Amino acid sequence: MPTKPTTGAPTKITQGSQTKGGIGESTLRPDGTLKVTGEFAYSSDMWHEDMLWGQILRSTVAHAEIVSIDTVEALKTPGVYAVMTYDDLPTEVKNYGLEIQDTPVLAHGKVRHHGEPVAIVAADHPETARRAAAKIKVEYRELPVITDEASATAPDAILIHEGRDDHHIGHVPHPNIVHRQPIIRGDVEEAAKKADFVVKGEYTFGMQDQAFLGPESGLAVPGEDGGVDLYIATQWLHSDLKQIAPVLGLPEDKVRMTLSGVGGAFGGREDLSMQIHACLLALRTGKPVKIVYNRFESFFGHVHRHPAKLYYEHGATKDGKLTHLKARIVLDGGAYASASPAVVGNASSLGAGPYVVDNVDIEAIALYTNNPPCGAMRGFGAVQACFAYEAQMDKLADKVGMDRVAFRQLNAMEQGTIMPTGQAVDSPAPVAELLRRVKAMPMPPEQQWLAAGEAADVRQLPGGLSNTTHGEGVVRGVGYAVGIKNVGFSEGFDDYSTARVRMEVVGGEPVATVHTAMAEVGQGGVTVHAQIARTELGVTQVTINPADTQVGSAGSTSASRQTYVTGGAVKNSCELVREKVLELGRRKFGSYHPAWATAELLLEGGKVVTDGGEVLADLVDVLEGEAVEIEAEWRHRPTEAFDLRTGQGFGHVQYTFAAHRAVVEVDTELGLVKVIELACAQDVGKALNPLSVIGQIQGGTTQGLGVAVMEEIIVDPKTAKVRNPSFTDYLIPTILDTPTIPVDVLELADDHAPYGLRGIGEAPTLSSTPAVLAAIRNATGLELNRTPVRPEHLTGTA
Amino acid sequence: MDFLRPASWEEALAAKAEHPTAVPIAGGTDVMVEINFDHRRPEYLLDLNRIGDLEEWEVGEDSVRLGASVPYTRIMENLRGELPGLALASHTVASPQIRNRGGVGGNLGTASPAGDAHPALLAAGAEVEVESVRGSRRIPIDAFYTGVKRNALAADELIRAVHIKKADGPQQYSKVGTRNAMVIAVCAFGLALHPETRTVRTGIGSAAPTPVRAKAAEEFLDAALEEGGFWDNGKIITPSVAKQFADLCSAACNPIDDVRGTASYRRHAVGIMARRTLTWTWESYRGTAARTEGVA
Amino acid sequence: MRVNFTVNGRKQEADDVWEGESLLYVLRERMGLPGSKNACEQGECGSCTVRLDGVPVCSCLVAAGQVEGREVVTVEGLADFAKQRAEHGGCASGACGTSLQDAQQWAAKGQDSQTGEGTELAPIQQAFIDAGAVQCGFCTPGLLVAADEMLEHNPNPTDADIREALSGNLCRCTGYEKIMDAVRLAAARQGEAV
Repeated sequence: MPTKPTTGAPTKITQGSQTKGGIGESTLRPDGTLKVTGEFAYSSDMWHEDMLWGQILRSTVAHAEIVSIDTVEALKTPGVYAVMTYDDLPTEVKNYGLEIQDTPVLAHGKVRHHGEPVAIVAADHPETARRAAAKIKVEYRELPVITDEASATAPDAILIHEGRDDHHIGHVPHPNIVHRQPIIRGDVEEAAKKADFVVKGEYTFGMQDQAFLGPESGLAVPGEDGGVDLYIATQWLHSDLKQIAPVLGLPEDKVRMTLSGVGGAFGGREDLSMQIHACLLALRTGKPVKIVYNRFESFFGHVHRHPAKLYYEHGATKDGKLTHLKARIVLDGGAYASASPAVVGNASSLGAGPYVVDNVDIEAIALYTNNPPCGAMRGFGAVQACFAYEAQMDKLADKVGMDRVAFRQLNAMEQGTIMPTGQAVDSPAPVAELLRRVKAMPMPPEQQWLAAGEAADVRQLPGGLSNTTHGEGVVRGVGYAVGIKNVGFSEGFDDYSTARVRMEVVGGEPVATVHTAMAEVGQGGVTVHAQIARTELGVTQVTINPADTQVGSAGSTSASRQTYVTGGAVKNSCELVREKVLELGRRKFGSYHPAWATAELLLEGGKVVTDGGEVLADLVDVLEGEAVEIEAEWRHRPTEAFDLRTGQGFGHVQYTFAAHRAVVEVDTELGLVKVIELACAQDVGKALNPLSVIGQIQGGTTQGLGVAVMEEIIVDPKTAKVRNPSFTDYLIPTILDTPTIPVDVLELADDHAPYGLRGIGEAPTLSSTPAVLAAIRNATGLELNRTPVRPEHLTGTA
Repeated sequence: MDFLRPASWEEALAAKAEHPTAVPIAGGTDVMVEINFDHRRPEYLLDLNRIGDLEEWEVGEDSVRLGASVPYTRIMENLRGELPGLALASHTVASPQIRNRGGVGGNLGTASPAGDAHPALLAAGAEVEVESVRGSRRIPIDAFYTGVKRNALAADELIRAVHIKKADGPQQYSKVGTRNAMVIAVCAFGLALHPETRTVRTGIGSAAPTPVRAKAAEEFLDAALEEGGFWDNGKIITPSVAKQFADLCSAACNPIDDVRGTASYRRHAVGIMARRTLTWTWESYRGTAARTEGVA
Repeated sequence: MRVNFTVNGRKQEADDVWEGESLLYVLRERMGLPGSKNACEQGECGSCTVRLDGVPVCSCLVAAGQVEGREVVTVEGLADFAKQRAEHGGCASGACGTSLQDAQQWAAKGQDSQTGEGTELAPIQQAFIDAGAVQCGFCTPGLLVAADEMLEHNPNPTDADIREALSGNLCRCTGYEKIMDAVRLAAARQGEAV
């Protein structure tokens, strides 16, 4: 695929007309029209006659015993229908959680982080609900806060969770450590002796927020059967259901969940937010209850990316070969476990990056602290590690005296490389090639701010419209980075998806209907499902049914897995439907043509054809009066858990790679940065929808840029309280902060995956950040061991 | 909460006199955020949108009378010649949507040290026209800011207009934020050369409890320019003069550490902006001066 | 309190409005027009952008009571607004010369479509779909209103012009590149059409 030029010319949009909208084409989103007309119904758009508004009262302190909660005044407020606390929970199940059920639905006895839900209110207007919530009196007795490794693992540290009985407690060195995973291979001490150069570094990765634009929201409608219908924005309906139903005391079939429009996710909707609260209030009041967080609450309503401290030591011989890696990665999981165990697994197993290192000793841990809970965000675990190992690669290349890209290429892994986990990489791993491609892209012109004329165009300069420089102090820098991410759920998790596919004649035309529980969060899975059905079933018309729990699980929209796994399930179900259709055809028409029995048959252009192209029957005739429907689960090949002492194991089903070149201009006096260009090269195996693929790569790249130069949730180390829960002070890139992002897509098939495809969503988020950091270092000569970089770090005024 | 909708300025003054706690709302860009985020529940909202007079401006002999609600977009588009510093400052305000609604009256009413207009008003020289049923008065801009988010308004007064001196020389404005658009000032700096009086005025935002002028820096520069005959000879300002001016501007700051930036960075950045804006304005003045000489 | 105003060419009346409600809330929860989005409610994201008497504003920062007697165009009315503008040779808003009476003669269509197929779109809407500028779509309505207004005044924008005009609209999915493509595409098509 060609890279997009950086001129102002519109990109040509390829629309297939010869073929029929199958895979490989840039077909357009089926929900596009609704989304541009404002008719697409997001979870915050739901409305119901007679509905109430839910409001959550959250803790104002990070760590405290709850002495008392007084709801009397709140309940007396006119317009208030219910006020609920822990004591009102209907069953013995009062906690939830993705892997470890350590998160209270409502706080009991103790709050463990700032903004923890304490009570919930339902009222006839959001303002009534807010005023009532404000009248609830909660008395706290504050406890010392645990905010880092030292305070968490001190011998006399207060335990964030007493009496842990989860399956990690047996192998962690301290109860305030959620999970620990070492990865040990070769002999690091021996190898270190052979190193001519050793580089050590200590790196800090700040807490990033997903900052999806659609706030947490949903509508719960009580049913006549005592159950509840929940319209919700989530990443995984069935995982939500498993956590919600027990708390409500309802069987799973009485909690009917339908996916409503999702305004972005990026990992932030993997955990529950307001789901149980809305259901509890609806069941209590007998009325529909809508809850919509505002942006302030959203910062407390979902987990964030784990901040991390990373301690790295690499060695290399004088000819530039890596000898060994010692690393220690400390992730702050905050008050509740969320996805911390999986984040530890990724950080450790991918901690060496896409490089050949035979001697490795990596340890990753996640802490329990009183900081905001952290969990899934695009590229988790691998993002933090990539920031550190890529900084190390630059330092080491400089010591050896090699070009930084050439040094990476010399040590790049490839197909057949043995990972530090002992796993052989059994599909293409074009790391050196991606670096070559991204380096080969033309460089953006110098001093573009002068392009328009004599006066400087400040929009092209660091500081932008704020008019801070007309070129003074501005220095250009270039940096490179490459990363590796796993695709799909790893470490022995039974990662499967379900697809129901139906084929029938509607209005004289064969139509396929695809029904899955896949959460469409913007990534374009619905587009791809229709393409797969067209390719496999030879139809033009495909209906994508809304995602709900009336069909089996599709797993999570995360870990770059949906096109692989649910796409694989759709493909599989289509193949099963095709077999049935052909069987039907044989029954009806087999006697008319011998090829029905002898040839390989396909469905194409609404017809049954032989592999030689001979038409045997019209699908309309084959399907007349009949409908063929299959619901089937599909799994990728199994993975294994990592050994708890050595980290050895076939842990990941697939790896995915991207490389970036960042070009930045830094106002070195004011410490302001403008990223001029972020070029990316990525191997996608097979681009099912090239337009969507590029959109994912550009979007992921931009989130990486954000955490390089501006995005960070700032937590006060003395109080563990969040200091910037708003879009005024948690900044994400605007269109003036985002550069051109030319993309070079490589398609090397992975034979283990459907169509040879590779998961793509996360990889670009990994290497973007270290590439920008490397470019800023290149411009300033500063070491810069933390991200995001703030102006203070560039001006010595931190 | 009550929503008061005066149809005229007189009605607005009467309403404010009757309900001194009423919060005036015009562009809504401060007030509505506080309401949406539950930070404020005023007893009365006093809507000023229906008073068309507030969105008008008049260019006079020496000054511009700028209605309190003239949107920043209009200032950028229409008053670049008369009020170049304020026009530049207006361009740094938030986003196009906000610039379409917000005006200088809101900045003055809120009196946040981070308000973008303040440094430009301080540097240009301005008077705030305020009025109540008791009468009208003009408050010099130097006396307007009285504390963090506090101003010299009495409880029954409303801001009607700002009288800003028309530029008699180059003006510049610069603001540091950690994003290239739509950002609140970490700190900001305004500078105006006043060749007619042979003086220089400054304004600093977000680097002290209130917007302030760097008076010692101004006095130093006024003297240095006079002494060196710079106003007449149009020479390049010597680096040592520029540096001392910048240092004095930094010294005029009394900043805090907060989530947007450290005190130390703010002092540093104000110094850089002072030096740069001095260079830009002086180069512009020299250009003008040279041309003037050429014509003469 | 009661508020009367015109939305997408239709006169509307809202009753029992709480005085602290925003225009955004009234549109979404009282008028059945949830197209304008509630992403930050502090004027930092542009998702709620509407045109108020022709001018793009954040509807979250307009108090409901302030729109009394005024005209609002939301994303739901954008297609008709653009059509009207095309028919009147340039601009549909009062600010560009269309009389109030003219502006009131058009009204947004009813929403009877489930799939949106066959819906008539404004050029900028079609360009967003064609260029792949829509992912989750939450920022899209605000961007469309802002971009459409920019093209009305500046039919041949440079890249820097587009970036400046859209700098008040955050998008978290796309990295903005496809949005740039969409606006360039709409501008190019607009140029061809003339």
